[in-house]
Amino acid sequence: MQVWKLVPLVALLAGACATTPADAPTDTAQTPEAAEPVKAMPTRVAYNPDPYPSTYKPLPSDDVLIRNATVFDGLGGEILAGAVLIQGGKITAVGSEAAMTMPAGIRTIDGTGRFVTPGIIDIHSHLGVYPSPGISAHQDGNEVSGPVTAEVWAEHAIWPHDPGFTRAMAGGITAMQILPGSANLFGGRGVIIKNVPARTAQGMKFPDAPYTLKMACGENPKRVYGYGGGRFPGSAPFSRMGNIAGYREAWQRATEYKRKWEKYNADFDAWEKKTKSPAEKTDDKGPGDPPNAPDRNLELDTLMGVLNGDILVQHHCYRADEMAQVIDLSHEFGYKVSAFHHGVEAYKIADLLAKEGICGALWADWWGFKAEAYDGIRENIPMVHNAANGCAIVHSDDANGIQRLNQEAAKALGDGARAGINISKAVAWTWLSRNPAKALGILDKTGTLEAGKAADVVIWSGDPFSVYTRADLVFVDGAITWDRNDPSRRPVVDFELGQPGEGDVK
Amino acid sequence: MIRSLLLAASLVALAPAALAQTVAITGGKIVTNTAQGVIEDGTIVMRDGKIVSVSTGAPPAGATVIDADGKWITPGLFAALSRAGLSELDSEDPTNDTSAPGSDFQASLRAADSFNPDDTAIDVTRIEGFTRAAIVGSPANGLFGGYGALIDFSGSFESVFARDVVMIAELGEAGAGAAGGSRAAAWQWLLTAIDDAKAYPRGFEEDGEGDLITRKEAIALKPVVEGRVPLMVEVHNASDILQLLTLRQREPRMKLVILGATEGWRVADQIAAAGVPVIVNPLTNLPDRFEILSATLENAGRLEAAGVTVAIADPGESTHNTRFILQLAGNAVANGMSWDAAFKAISSVPAALYGRNDLGVLRQGAIADVVIWNGDPLELMASPDAVYIAGVSMPMESRQTKLRDRYLDLGEQLPQAYERQ
Repeated sequence: MQVWKLVPLVALLAGACATTPADAPTDTAQTPEAAEPVKAMPTRVAYNPDPYPSTYKPLPSDDVLIRNATVFDGLGGEILAGAVLIQGGKITAVGSEAAMTMPAGIRTIDGTGRFVTPGIIDIHSHLGVYPSPGISAHQDGNEVSGPVTAEVWAEHAIWPHDPGFTRAMAGGITAMQILPGSANLFGGRGVIIKNVPARTAQGMKFPDAPYTLKMACGENPKRVYGYGGGRFPGSAPFSRMGNIAGYREAWQRATEYKRKWEKYNADFDAWEKKTKSPAEKTDDKGPGDPPNAPDRNLELDTLMGVLNGDILVQHHCYRADEMAQVIDLSHEFGYKVSAFHHGVEAYKIADLLAKEGICGALWADWWGFKAEAYDGIRENIPMVHNAANGCAIVHSDDANGIQRLNQEAAKALGDGARAGINISKAVAWTWLSRNPAKALGILDKTGTLEAGKAADVVIWSGDPFSVYTRADLVFVDGAITWDRNDPSRRPVVDFELGQPGEGDVK
Repeated sequence: MIRSLLLAASLVALAPAALAQTVAITGGKIVTNTAQGVIEDGTIVMRDGKIVSVSTGAPPAGATVIDADGKWITPGLFAALSRAGLSELDSEDPTNDTSAPGSDFQASLRAADSFNPDDTAIDVTRIEGFTRAAIVGSPANGLFGGYGALIDFSGSFESVFARDVVMIAELGEAGAGAAGGSRAAAWQWLLTAIDDAKAYPRGFEEDGEGDLITRKEAIALKPVVEGRVPLMVEVHNASDILQLLTLRQREPRMKLVILGATEGWRVADQIAAAGVPVIVNPLTNLPDRFEILSATLENAGRLEAAGVTVAIADPGESTHNTRFILQLAGNAVANGMSWDAAFKAISSVPAALYGRNDLGVLRQGAIADVVIWNGDPLELMASPDAVYIAGVSMPMESRQTKLRDRYLDLGEQLPQAYERQ
């Protein structure tokens, strides 16, 4: 009779793609003191869901009261002569200073004439993976080796010394999503980071944020693959038909992969139950061998994570008709698109996007650089916002644009008003912090000025919808990461040291 | 309100009916770009496509009066560099005439010969307050990109009003690449092309051809080397700028314009002393190339402070988003440039750069390119209420506004394809 000894599970299969460390004991082992040969209980094959964990630690911070400022709370509210209390890196109170209790002698910042907002979150950036300088050695954002590269992760290519991160700080960016490029149908995993200087990508990684998956519609995949590399014929996709077929083929494989893991886990549960059941021990046959785990597939791990609801889909898609196809695709395979990115024609289906609960991550006014961007209009953002339950996000996809997302929002707001869509500035701020936080699954942690949330806050020199306004102070988790008036709080990355212009105003 | 008062505008500029009328715009804050400065509560009078007066006086009897109380009145914006009308879709070669990488011709190319007044970017740009631009091709197969032309944004077949006003070339990293691999090669190419053009026709008659360029190219460069047309050189690095400025001694007749000048602030005094104007993108602040490591948002303001003549444009966003120039100017102000210089940098300075002192200014006798704004034109949420080109009020719609209007209401019974306004 075979005897199994229970050993603690090294790692439970958690969510999408739990994993076991490579050196974890999975084979049986002899236990010398046992009276008869005893094998260690085989552990369930499971993979670590977080093998490149965040090492982010908030920078040192003081408790501070920002007083007498105009406050946009990120929920759509505006507080005149408002105060924001930051303690222990968290927001502890927002509103009227008179109603707040705080320690005597707390540091104060005079907000007279200034505006306070949640930090801006850019849902679409390639900083670090396409850093400055944009030399050939730095082109790390597109793994073009195949149309489906869901196995690659943007964080593995982030160069933390990209000067673009500090420029974005000056623009009030406190967090961002770094995405792979749009060459592929499935470009790989994106990662959410805090905009703080660090030596490693892990040091910037937003703790406990979900993973994301970059997908791309339209012209890019068919240009890169079908007609790419100077080959003709190249390889699929050559057409928008091929794009959708490529998605479906991959999602089908992911569906089968997920089923195999579910079966394995169910079989393992049953087998484990047998080994523990006294009734089974009377059976000479015993519980038998444990089930074999499926072979691991890194690409399908990511896609399975989406099907399990753990990884959020960020889909680059310009044309309205294509977004509608992708929505049906998501229904076919049972997942949700978190946001369509670029969505130059989102205004044509603002009602459909709102009904599906999909955000549009959009530019204010880019258009015309290719056919799928031909129908761009300046009112896209306010029109997507204006649908019942619409969710508009201002994004950059650009190392320059990320520095001025507040200005992009201002343009969109003005354009909307010109078309008769009147939205308050305070409500428009939801495009810059709350909505991106929602589409990234971090709204419980940041994105609004609410007690208990991270103190990711910007103090602006004036109305942030004015071209003449700049970010005076930027806080991440209550720590000042950027101070326009204090050169010692304007980080200079390694690349810029010893170069012309080191430490200059940028 | 104002729109309802506007004449039914025609795409055909200079319609005689419009010209016969006297139009007075009253009550606005007028930015003249002249010694008159800014006039509060002023009156501007236009007739026959020209400005008759700019004052605080009452409108003349019989004039069509447009009340612009609380509005800003400015000269039409003049893009120092644009490629509107040269590209319908940047990624589709048949629609993109901004450059000719497969052509043997370089200096002898003329942007005017590519210009398409039906390009959708024309209307899109006009309704944001732009009335004129220098359209300039992009160098692709060598240092020179050919002649730039001056256009108006009326969309008419007569939009090109000056054909060969500037020659564009590039040095620095791009020039080195185009010339065979090094800055030295680019410099040698430039000097040799200049010498060939100067020697034309004599040298060509003796030897059959120049050392470097063909007869057609030499003919094209002749006005440049003789100083009748300025040479606009895209160059960014401080050392490269100084190298270019040595041309002032070697070729004193030639007129230079620097395009880019991202590190110009480091050699601003030398640029000012050489009397060379610059066209800058004030938002370039990333060390995206090794030739612009010291890029800073304060470049435009520092150049202004040193006495350099500054125009503002962005060659990188020149086909569809010439309109971004407004945002560039506003940000230049946010980073140290004076409002006055920043506004001139997108109106009167570019006009003067191309020899037109009757554009970009509001004064008696100037061409009546006028924009009425609902606020400070450099502000992000402001926009034009009306645009006049040579006295003619322009349509304030574009393909984009038509798309917008079609989809503003998604609840209609018939598909949008039936909806046109």
